[in-house]
Amino acid sequence: MTSGVAIFYVLAAALVLSAVGLLVARNVVHAALLTVLHFLLTAVLYVLLNAAFLGAVQLAVYAGAIMVLFLFVVMLMGNREATLKENLAGQRVLGICFVAALISALVFVAYQGVPAAPDGVDAAVGTAVGAAPTGLPQGFGSAGAVADVLFREYQLPLEIVSVLLLVAVVGVVVIARGRGEESPPECFDQPSGPESAESVEWVESVESPDDRQAEDAS
Amino acid sequence: MIPASHVLVLAAVLFSLGVAGAVLRRNVIIVLMSIEVMLNGVNITLVTIAHALGDVSGQVFVFFSLSVAAAEVAVGLALVVAIWRTLGTSDVDDVSVMHG
Repeated sequence: MTSGVAIFYVLAAALVLSAVGLLVARNVVHAALLTVLHFLLTAVLYVLLNAAFLGAVQLAVYAGAIMVLFLFVVMLMGNREATLKENLAGQRVLGICFVAALISALVFVAYQGVPAAPDGVDAAVGTAVGAAPTGLPQGFGSAGAVADVLFREYQLPLEIVSVLLLVAVVGVVVIARGRGEESPPECFDQPSGPESAESVEWVESVESPDDRQAEDAS
Repeated sequence: MIPASHVLVLAAVLFSLGVAGAVLRRNVIIVLMSIEVMLNGVNITLVTIAHALGDVSGQVFVFFSLSVAAAEVAVGLALVVAIWRTLGTSDVDDVSVMHG
């Protein structure tokens, strides 16, 4: 019990420190690595909060796939200095005031805690890893328990999310493909010759309304 | 036992730090990472409340949130690459073509 509490406070400090590090990092790669650390620590916190399956998903999706995507884009663009200089006068002061107000408001609300659950689970959470707390069903947060609810009660949202991911993949291919800077690979099945010439022209003169219309029509 | 309010306060602080990063930083990649930190704070809140109420639905919501975040990051980074190709910048203040 107490070891779980101690782990939580160490985790909390590390999570806040990694977020602050992301806030002040001057190097984009350092920022990305701090974000990886942040996601790893979050996965540990999930395990501590009896959400073992989500911890595993967090590791695979966030710390794995998403951060690889981030680092890939950073490498693609070249690692340039991320300056801390402000462009608009007073931006930083106003931003810090806003964030301070936000923190105080959110902490005020969060400190009220959550109401006691109807079935007697009290508003204290988390135990040492592996020890099921009293009041929670056996296997709470395991893959089986999550899948049971996911596929019974949230079947339709699950299907909608799959469509969303499909649309996102198609959108990414369309957006990141570029507009005719170089001819796309054969697998993209380029429709016609004149279309690509038009695309090159569009890149060179972004403001021209005629090209916009031609683009829309094509 | 960890008091639920402490975890909620941690999540609130993480969310606010993410907001700070999104508001104060100008590098578009760091802004996107800050948005991820904000989403993370919300996910921690959901997991905490799922645990405190003994209901797995909160964890299912986090699962959905993760999927949407993955889609968001993929599209966001594709936009970053497209902007970088067209304008040659990764600074959010330089992308002001639609500024009135």
